[in-house]
Amino acid sequence: MAIGASEPSGSLAPWPCRAPAHGCPLGPGTAQAKRRRAGVSLGQKAGEGCRTVPLAGHVGFDSLPDQLVNKSVSQGFCFNILCVGETGLGKSTLMDTLFNTKFEGEPATHTQPGVQLRSNTYDLQESNVGLKLTIVSTVGFGDQINKEDSYKPIVEFIDAQFEAYLQEELKIRRVLHTYHDSRIHVCLYFIAPTGHSLKSLDLVTMKKLDSKVNIIPIIAKADAISKSELTKFKIKITSELVSNGVQIYQFPTDDESVAEINGTMNAHLPFAVIGSTEELKIGNKMMRARQYPWGTVQVENEAHCDFVKLREMLIRVNMEDLREQTHTRHYELYRRCKLEEMGFKDTDPDSKPFSLQETYEAKRNEFLGELQKKEEEMRQMFVQRVKEKEAELKEAEKELHEKFDRLKKLHQDEKKKLEDKKKSLDDEVNAFKQRKTAAELLQSQGSQAGGSQTLKRDKEKKNLGFL
Amino acid sequence: MSELVPEPRPKPAVPMKPMSINSNLLGYIGIDTIIEQMRKKTMKTGFDFNIMVVGQSGLGKSTLVNTLFKSQVSRKASSWNREEKIPKTVEIKAIGHVIEEGGVKMKLTVIDTPGFGDQINNENCWEPIEKYINEQYEKFLKEEVNIARKKRIPDTRVHCCLYFISPTGHSLRPLDLEFMKHLSKVVNIIPVIAKADTMTLEEKSEFKQRVRKELEVNGIEFYPQKEFDEDLEDKTENDKIRQESMPFAVVGSDKEYQVNGKRVLGRKTPWGIIEVENLNHCEFALLRDFVIRTHLQDLKEVTHNIHYETYRAKRLNDNGGLPPGEGLLGTVLPPVPATPCPTAE
Repeated sequence: MAIGASEPSGSLAPWPCRAPAHGCPLGPGTAQAKRRRAGVSLGQKAGEGCRTVPLAGHVGFDSLPDQLVNKSVSQGFCFNILCVGETGLGKSTLMDTLFNTKFEGEPATHTQPGVQLRSNTYDLQESNVGLKLTIVSTVGFGDQINKEDSYKPIVEFIDAQFEAYLQEELKIRRVLHTYHDSRIHVCLYFIAPTGHSLKSLDLVTMKKLDSKVNIIPIIAKADAISKSELTKFKIKITSELVSNGVQIYQFPTDDESVAEINGTMNAHLPFAVIGSTEELKIGNKMMRARQYPWGTVQVENEAHCDFVKLREMLIRVNMEDLREQTHTRHYELYRRCKLEEMGFKDTDPDSKPFSLQETYEAKRNEFLGELQKKEEEMRQMFVQRVKEKEAELKEAEKELHEKFDRLKKLHQDEKKKLEDKKKSLDDEVNAFKQRKTAAELLQSQGSQAGGSQTLKRDKEKKNLGFL
Repeated sequence: MSELVPEPRPKPAVPMKPMSINSNLLGYIGIDTIIEQMRKKTMKTGFDFNIMVVGQSGLGKSTLVNTLFKSQVSRKASSWNREEKIPKTVEIKAIGHVIEEGGVKMKLTVIDTPGFGDQINNENCWEPIEKYINEQYEKFLKEEVNIARKKRIPDTRVHCCLYFISPTGHSLRPLDLEFMKHLSKVVNIIPVIAKADTMTLEEKSEFKQRVRKELEVNGIEFYPQKEFDEDLEDKTENDKIRQESMPFAVVGSDKEYQVNGKRVLGRKTPWGIIEVENLNHCEFALLRDFVIRTHLQDLKEVTHNIHYETYRAKRLNDNGGLPPGEGLLGTVLPPVPATPCPTAE
């Protein structure tokens, strides 16, 4: 539909810009960032025909990002981390170290029958920013004898969060802007510091999770590996991940302000971290460290471990990007698969675009049609049975009728015969009566006339009559 | 601590009572850098803003928009030559421009409605406008409901509608009332008194009061709507704007004159120069600050969170006949019943 379409009189200004918002390139990002004064006129025509118009004075919409940010700050942010790793690798300790606080929780035992997930939510406040942090940890991962199904609870949990969001999004009356987003934004996968290579459990789990969540692999308890072993270990891990096609999260390098640092960090993956909540006095400062007889490992010393890098990347540089990737990539993929699975399509074989509503209607009608069909079938069967019975009864009835008719006919025949007989008898009687009267008449005449002639004649007549 | 049992399926983690920790006491973590990250992200993606101007011809709509954005974003009707016909029905003309300031890129769309209120019989002349606005919502809804969605759905919904009131000095016209009554439910309306240089200060304040009263009496909720004030701060701020400043009495101009050694935008008349950005002369600066500098994002959010959601709910309700509040997924395809309907067996 062309925007600007009007009723009868067709003079309309063409809508110059129909492409999505990214599509008005105004020159390389660095040039823009450098020219930070009001009224910049770039004077180039963008590809799609959106005209760039010069400003003749300060308008004031450069406060827009601030307006947006203020709104978000007042609403608060949420961030959800999933920690996957075997029991005893220091997941809870690392979380405590990252967020400078002692989160609740007791260490888990090794005797869990299956993998479970434990989730906790905390409200953190820093200057005027409120963050709702949810930390989900696996309990009992890697402890079972048979680990084939270990990844399943994790995948199901992630899917359940997506499902909840999808349900909310598909509601008719929805409140998305106040919805507490529980989708997992990042998964920290803890690798045991064996020094050799990834375990097959790790590979399998990561392969299952890489299309659902941003994975950042980290080598836990890195103070168990020496420096040279560490480099070899990291190379081995990265090559194994690549050869198995596991897609881990790459820090974004398209924004030039963070491209450099992200690029170098990408090369340091997986991070080798150490967590500690104990503070020790080193030099004249209190620092978080682990003390051994042979020395002290400082958590925030970049030469000792990559903890600082992890914190930088996770929180201070890329938190927003992680959230965005979860929403635009992983969630969209989940949504697409789920809807396709339910039978909704974007276009039908005739390549006419369907809308979700139409598809839903179609499916609903289909279902109702099926219901009706079944009902019909039931009814047909019933009718058939009834018909059969009816036919039977009719047969019987017919037979009876026939019998009845036959009997009736017999009866009638008999009756007729009898009647005929009666009639003939009656006729005889009548004839006799007639003759009798005639004879009497003659007799009386004869007696009057006195002639034997008549008598003779009478006798003859009589004889005749009797013949 | 909420334990999630793996069988049958882990329920989504419902956070019981989030523990509140003030990390100021615990050393710097770096959570507040998310503000910077967010700001960088939004600057990169840029903003969309769609503003619609409605009013009878000759009220200075295009001039005002040009003055607001300090550039020639709207083609002025006075440039029509006499041979061009006045449109028989209301047309909708949308023109987009990209403007940039301080590193912030904005795609501004000005939607003009020539022909509004210009005919002899103006019945239902708001209908094409309402239709256009709903079409934009429909477009967005269609995109949102797609299986494979675009990364960023182009936003053509009207975020703000400036309604120009003619400065008669008496009261609102029936057409004004009708239009605002119909459209205040679907879009943010900001009433503006045009060509305010025709009224003296007393006339102006009386007119504004009368207009405010009439709007209230007719139940017209213009932006900022009372019901969407989120907290006390917003409420007091918006109350002040609602009860004192609105509707803004503005004067627009794109010509510059020399006043007291400075070049200012203004209108030159035999009796003096009316400075557009001087608060003593007219309220243009208030309007500009209100719309652009403080409430632009809020305009967009109210459009997205409230007007669009209302449209969507209505649309899905009407079409599917689904009871309100129930999810779309909840009523889709219950499994075909295994046992057939009971009949005489």
